[in-house]
Amino acid sequence: MVKIGVFICHCGTNIGGVVDIDELVEFSSRLDDVVFATDYKYMCSDPGARVIKEAIEEHELTRVVVTSCSPRMHEPTFQSVIEDAGLNRFCLEMANIREHCSWVHKDKKEEATQKAKELVAMAVRKSKTLEPLKSFQKEVVHDALVIGAGIAGIQASLDLAEAGKKVYLVEREPSIGGRMAQLDKTFPTLDCSSCILTPKMMDVARHPNIELLTYSEVTEVDGSVGDFDVKVKRKPAYVDWDKCNGCGECAQVCRMKGRVEDEFNEGLGKRSAIYVPFQQAVPLKYTIDPNKCLMLLSGRCGESPPCQDVCELGAIDYEQEEEMMELNVGSIIVATGYDMMDPNGMYEYGYDHSPDIITNLEFERLISSSGPTSGEIRRISDGEEVKSVSFILCVGSRDQDLQEYCCRIGCMSALKHAYLLRDHLGDEVDLNICYTDIRSFGKGYEEFYRRIRDGNTTLIRGRPSEINVEKDGSINFNVFDTMTQKLLQVNSDLVVLVPALVPRKDSGELSQILRISEGTDGFFLESHPKLKPADTATDGVFIAGCCQGPKDIPDAVAQASGAASKAMGIISREELESDPMIAWVDEDICVGCGVCIDVCPYSARELNEVTGIAEVDEILCTGCGGCIAACPSNACIHKNMTKQQILRMIDEVI
Amino acid sequence: MSENDKTKEDFEPKVVGFLCNWCSYAGADLAGTSRIQYPPNIRVIRVMCSGSVDSVYVNRALIEGADAVLIGGCHPGDCHYLNGNYKARRKMVLMKNILTTLGMEPERVWLRWISASEGQKFADTVKEIVEETKKLGPNPMKERWNI
Ligand SMILES: Cc1cc2nc3c(=O)[nH]c(=O)nc-3n(C[C@H](O)[C@H](O)[C@H](O)COP(=O)(O)OP(=O)(O)OC[C@H]3O[C@@H](n4cnc5c(N)ncnc54)[C@H](O)[C@@H]3O)c2cc1C
Ligand code: FES
Repeated sequence: MVKIGVFICHCGTNIGGVVDIDELVEFSSRLDDVVFATDYKYMCSDPGARVIKEAIEEHELTRVVVTSCSPRMHEPTFQSVIEDAGLNRFCLEMANIREHCSWVHKDKKEEATQKAKELVAMAVRKSKTLEPLKSFQKEVVHDALVIGAGIAGIQASLDLAEAGKKVYLVEREPSIGGRMAQLDKTFPTLDCSSCILTPKMMDVARHPNIELLTYSEVTEVDGSVGDFDVKVKRKPAYVDWDKCNGCGECAQVCRMKGRVEDEFNEGLGKRSAIYVPFQQAVPLKYTIDPNKCLMLLSGRCGESPPCQDVCELGAIDYEQEEEMMELNVGSIIVATGYDMMDPNGMYEYGYDHSPDIITNLEFERLISSSGPTSGEIRRISDGEEVKSVSFILCVGSRDQDLQEYCCRIGCMSALKHAYLLRDHLGDEVDLNICYTDIRSFGKGYEEFYRRIRDGNTTLIRGRPSEINVEKDGSINFNVFDTMTQKLLQVNSDLVVLVPALVPRKDSGELSQILRISEGTDGFFLESHPKLKPADTATDGVFIAGCCQGPKDIPDAVAQASGAASKAMGIISREELESDPMIAWVDEDICVGCGVCIDVCPYSARELNEVTGIAEVDEILCTGCGGCIAACPSNACIHKNMTKQQILRMIDEVI
Repeated sequence: MSENDKTKEDFEPKVVGFLCNWCSYAGADLAGTSRIQYPPNIRVIRVMCSGSVDSVYVNRALIEGADAVLIGGCHPGDCHYLNGNYKARRKMVLMKNILTTLGMEPERVWLRWISASEGQKFADTVKEIVEETKKLGPNPMKERWNI
């Protein structure tokens, strides 16, 4: 006989302040097969768990209905509770009366109580036919994949490798390093970015447990947590990297030398068609840009291609082809970083009206001693001396029509740049920062801000309405300072825009390959905003760094180590329990029509030629329920989510 | 006041929602966490994927007198199980045909893509369904069973 217990949580006043709990207990206790109903302030607390356990024993409950928050929050908690009391963990059903009821009908207490009753009645009805299920064990692959080798991907890879796990690190560009490699100094401590990054890059290159796959992209991911099959496309570099020793003579003689826009320098410099992105690149191997190399474009490069002539190692190989590689890993960490918003879309900032209006990332290259001007600050248009510089913050950020969110690094980057300019150009240079609010929230950030504020940099609270370029090339704008209530006219030799940080252009494609979600801002979505910042909706796939949202280096590194330890929690196990809520076939009914085989996206259904039954592969089946809805003879059953159960729930509503 | 005395718009529609676990159910949860208020007319049944919603569920709900049915799934391309939402979309077309043949109003069935970050969209969808259903009036099936 079924004996159901109903446990109603107040969740403090979250539920109790809206839903009439006494009425709900009373109502629940009168439902068919319910032998016990009670309430408690916090059901998920230790004493709450005790209430459930004691009731299971005392009333010999066989099914438990917990009426509280979303099952996406606490289902595993309550499953463990009833398991501790000797019940099978799948004999639990939850009614979500917080997220779906009390929180969204705050001012409608009566209706909310009525709704809560119906939700409980539905859950009780379903719980009657819940079956005890047993999880399957599946073997775990101990290797991991990290996608993206900025500082976050590098940190995650090193953590895993140090813990003794094999890591495949896939990076799209010819070198690892990401955005941090483009930075000059880092706030608030002003350490030189490459001085702290390069050693880590070298560690990656040298680590016996890391297999570095640069100039590569992930194209396909199959399987599930503990056992993913991954396809990686290795783009041809047209240079045999086993032979190339990075001497760089080829780039010196390339006919396109000084004619190709240099992405690493944000277009401020020029490179050859054969190149390394920067001198500390890892691996230090040359790559031919297929869109710029004359030989690859037209099959001809003068009499004979000079790079090939000069390379004594014979590393140049125009015949090289794309290769596909297959990997098998237990867990995946995504660390693909961010893009900068293109200020060209915002006409008022005049980005394309003058070469002297640049972004803060371009400024990083301009002031870097390894940049195109070797760190010398001159006007880009005419090489003249720079006497005044203005920074415009929140370009496209904190703007309801563009990006609503804060870029979290813009204020600090401008303060850092102001400091460095003062350092490079002395007291004479006139510095203005136009801000919305200065956000200096990190450790040591407020102290850094104070140093700048107390110096002779002008802080203006306001956004310029329009930036104009004069005939002599100087740049003018009006800005209303809301602190002094004055309209100011500012003239500058150089204007630095601080644009929003946005998701990578192709992040939508990657999220589809990995079956993870994106938030409304387009960044990858964590599975809980506070408690699971590195998890995604797909078990075994984790996110780290700016691909999850704008952040500074310390936060990116912390999240990366978090993601690595989460991944370790999977790949260091021998076996994982897989969800038993999958499809099951009633062999007496199945006629082997094969409709299920056609609809299954995981090839988990197969016709047994001997018995004529469409069987389920328990490891491959993910429990999506597609075959169950498709089966014309009702022979497929979704364990604990059966058609009968759902129809009974519908009956209960109406 | 008996059922018949009520003007059409007076009545409170009963809406049954089938939401996929990975996107739409999470979106509805987010509406809750963000305290976005919406009409209390919907009763949600959690399913793993919009592609697992059998036409029978929808028919049963309508025949028994639900005033509207919502199927919520991930955006095209985002289904946790690759293509379940495409299956749902295809079934939707068939379902509407069947309902028309049976003399029921196909406008009572809604298919919406709501992602885990679209709490506001979930709340707006419920509001919209309730408003539109009020215009349609109560599901006539309910009356028929009352004979
Ligand atoms: C102007 C400026 C100044 C800054 N200054 C500071 C500072 O002083 N201090 C500080 O703490 N922070 C600073 N930041 C922030 C800092 O840049 C970021 O916190 C950090 O770079 C984030 O690292 P990441 O690894 O998450 O992303 P990224 O550095 O963007 O790395 C991502 C990597 O993934 C690769 N990738 C992308 N897509 C794919 C794909 N599909 N497949 C394979 N690989 C892929 C990319 O090529 C890249 O190598 C600054 C930012 C800006 C814009
Ligand atoms: S999981 Fe959301 S529609 Fe398939």
